[in-house]
Amino acid sequence: MSVDRLRRRLVSGFTCTAASAALLPCCLGRAVLAAGASLRFSTTQIADGVFAFQGADELMTAANNGAICNLGAVIGTDAVAVIDSGGSLIEAQAFLAAIGKLTAKPVRFLVNTHMHPDHIFGNAAFRKIGATIVGHRNLPRALEARGAFYLHNYREQLGEALMQGVEIVSPTMLVDDHLQLDLGGRMIELRAWKAAHTDNDLTVFDTATRTLFAGDLVFMGSLPTLDGSLLGWLRQMDALTAIDAARVVPGHGPVTADWPQAVAGERRYFEILARDIRKAIADGTPLREAVKTAGESERDNWHLFDDYNERNATAAFAELEWE
Amino acid sequence: MQNHVYSSRQLALPLASVFVAIILAIGTLLGSSGTASAQQTTASSDRIWHDLKGDVFGDRAILVDTGVVRIEAPKRAQDAAIVPVDIYLDPAKAPDGIKSVTLIIDANPAPVAATFQLGKDAGVTHLSTRVRVNDYSYLRAIAETQSGQLHMMQTFVKASGGCSAPAVKNQDEANATMGQMKLRQFPPKETMTKTEELQLMIRHPNNSGLQRDPLTQYFIPAHFVQKLSISQAGRPILSMEGGISISEDPNFRFDFTVHGNGEIQVEATDTDGKTFRNQWPLETAGL
Repeated sequence: MSVDRLRRRLVSGFTCTAASAALLPCCLGRAVLAAGASLRFSTTQIADGVFAFQGADELMTAANNGAICNLGAVIGTDAVAVIDSGGSLIEAQAFLAAIGKLTAKPVRFLVNTHMHPDHIFGNAAFRKIGATIVGHRNLPRALEARGAFYLHNYREQLGEALMQGVEIVSPTMLVDDHLQLDLGGRMIELRAWKAAHTDNDLTVFDTATRTLFAGDLVFMGSLPTLDGSLLGWLRQMDALTAIDAARVVPGHGPVTADWPQAVAGERRYFEILARDIRKAIADGTPLREAVKTAGESERDNWHLFDDYNERNATAAFAELEWE
Repeated sequence: MQNHVYSSRQLALPLASVFVAIILAIGTLLGSSGTASAQQTTASSDRIWHDLKGDVFGDRAILVDTGVVRIEAPKRAQDAAIVPVDIYLDPAKAPDGIKSVTLIIDANPAPVAATFQLGKDAGVTHLSTRVRVNDYSYLRAIAETQSGQLHMMQTFVKASGGCSAPAVKNQDEANATMGQMKLRQFPPKETMTKTEELQLMIRHPNNSGLQRDPLTQYFIPAHFVQKLSISQAGRPILSMEGGISISEDPNFRFDFTVHGNGEIQVEATDTDGKTFRNQWPLETAGL
C-alpha cells in the first residue's frame, strides 16, 4: 500500500471515529459528546510501517481526552502491534479506528510500556478485540497496588464522562527480560528494565527500521516524572543509549527524535536533581525544605515543571537518603 | 515524514446536533449526570472525623488549637506516597507533661495513622515523619497530657493529582532490603545543651494493604511496621503503635534530651511478626 494511500486512509479513519463517536450514543454515551467535541488527533508515519500518535504536552484533562502520551503502531505482514493504549477508552478507540484504516491486519498485540494511566486506560478496548496485552513482569503487581486509586483519582480529574468504560486491565503475556514478537516479516524486541521511571518499564524496538519506542524512559519537553528509582534510571542510562536505534519515540514530547541525543535533557535534569538533593541530605536539611529548591535551575527547560518537580524531588530525597 | 492532522470540530453537522440534544435529554431524564464527586472537602473530612473520634477517644473533650501540639504539612501533597508531616509539642503549655500523640488522616482507608508514646523525661518537642495521603484530607495531631487532657491541631492537605499513587515505588528493592536501618545523629546546634536530634530510617515496604485487587476484589494483605520503640540504654525516648499510613521506608526525625552516654536502641516489629533490632553508640557521648 502506498504511503499516499495510507495517509488518506489514516485521515479518514479519524473522521470516521469522531463521527461515530458523536452518533453512536448506545455504545459510548455522553462521554463522547462531552469529550469528543474537541477530539483532535495528529498521527505521523515515522518509518516504513511504523506509526506514532503524539500526545499533548499537558496534564490529562477531559479537554484532551487523556491523550497526553505518544502511542505507536508497528505493522507486519501478518499482524499489528500497538504500543500503549492511551489515557481513555475514547482515545484507544480512535487509535484503533485509525489503524483499521491503515491496514486490514489484526491488532494482535498491545504492549504496555508501564503502569501509568495515560498509557493503560485504553486497555479494555484492546481486550475487547482479542489482542494479547503484553507488559513487564512487575506490571500486574503494580496495577494491583494502584488500580483502585487511579480509577478514583482520575474520575475526579477527568470527569465521569471520559472515565466511562475505563478499566484496569492487566497484561496476560509478561516479559521477564527480553521477548520477541513476530508480526510477520518483522520482529519487535521487548525489553524489561530494572526500576527507573517505574518498576515496570518496558521498551519496544522495531528491528526492521531500528525504531525505539522508549515509553516514559525518555521524556522530551515535558518534565520527566519519577515513580520508580532515580538511581536506577541514571544507572541504566548507558544501557539505554547503547541501543542501536536510528530514532526514538519518547513517551512524551515530539513524535520522533534522534537517538541517543534525545535523552540528553532528561539526563542533565536528573543529575542536577540528584546533586541538589545529595547536598541537602549532607547538610541535614529536612525533606520538606529541601524539595522547595532542588532542581530549580532546570525550571526554564521544561513544560509542567511546577506540576512535577517537587514531587520528583520528594521521591529522590527518600531514595538518596539511603546511599 | 508526513503529518496528518484532523480536527473533529469540523464535524458540526446538523444531524450530530440533533443527537446531542436527544442524548442530553435522555441523560437528564435518567438522572445520570454523573455520580456525585467522591473527593473529600474540608467539610466531608470533618464529617469523617466526627464519626471517627468517638471510636478513638470516646466522649472525652478535645481542646483545639491550644498550642500544646502543632502540626505542619504541605498544602498540596506532591507525592501521595511520601507526604512530610511535622508535629511540634510545647511542654511549657502542658506542665504535667505530654504522654502521647496520635496522628490521624481522616480520608485514608484506616484513618488512625499512628500513635506515638513519648518517654517520660525524653524531652521530645518535635517529630517529623512521612505518610501516605489517599485523598483530600485533614491531618490531625492529638496530644494527650499525663493528666489525660486531649489537645488537637489539624491541617488540610490536598491530595496529589495525577499518577502519583500512595504505593511502593520499587517493590523488589523494598522486599530485598527489608529490615535495614540507618540512624543519623545531628549534633546539638549549641554546645552545653543536652538536646540532640535523631533520624531513624527503616527499610520496609510498609504496605497499608487497603488497596483492592481490581480483578479479584480481594484486599492485598497489609504488611507494615506496627510497633517501634526507640530508647537510650533502656530508657524510652519514643515508641509507635499502628503505623498503617506511614510511608514506605518509615522515617522518623525527632529531638530528645540525652541522658548519659548509653547507646541508642531500636526495635521494630511488623505485621508478619518479624522483629528488627539495632543499636548505635551515641556520637555525642561524653558531653
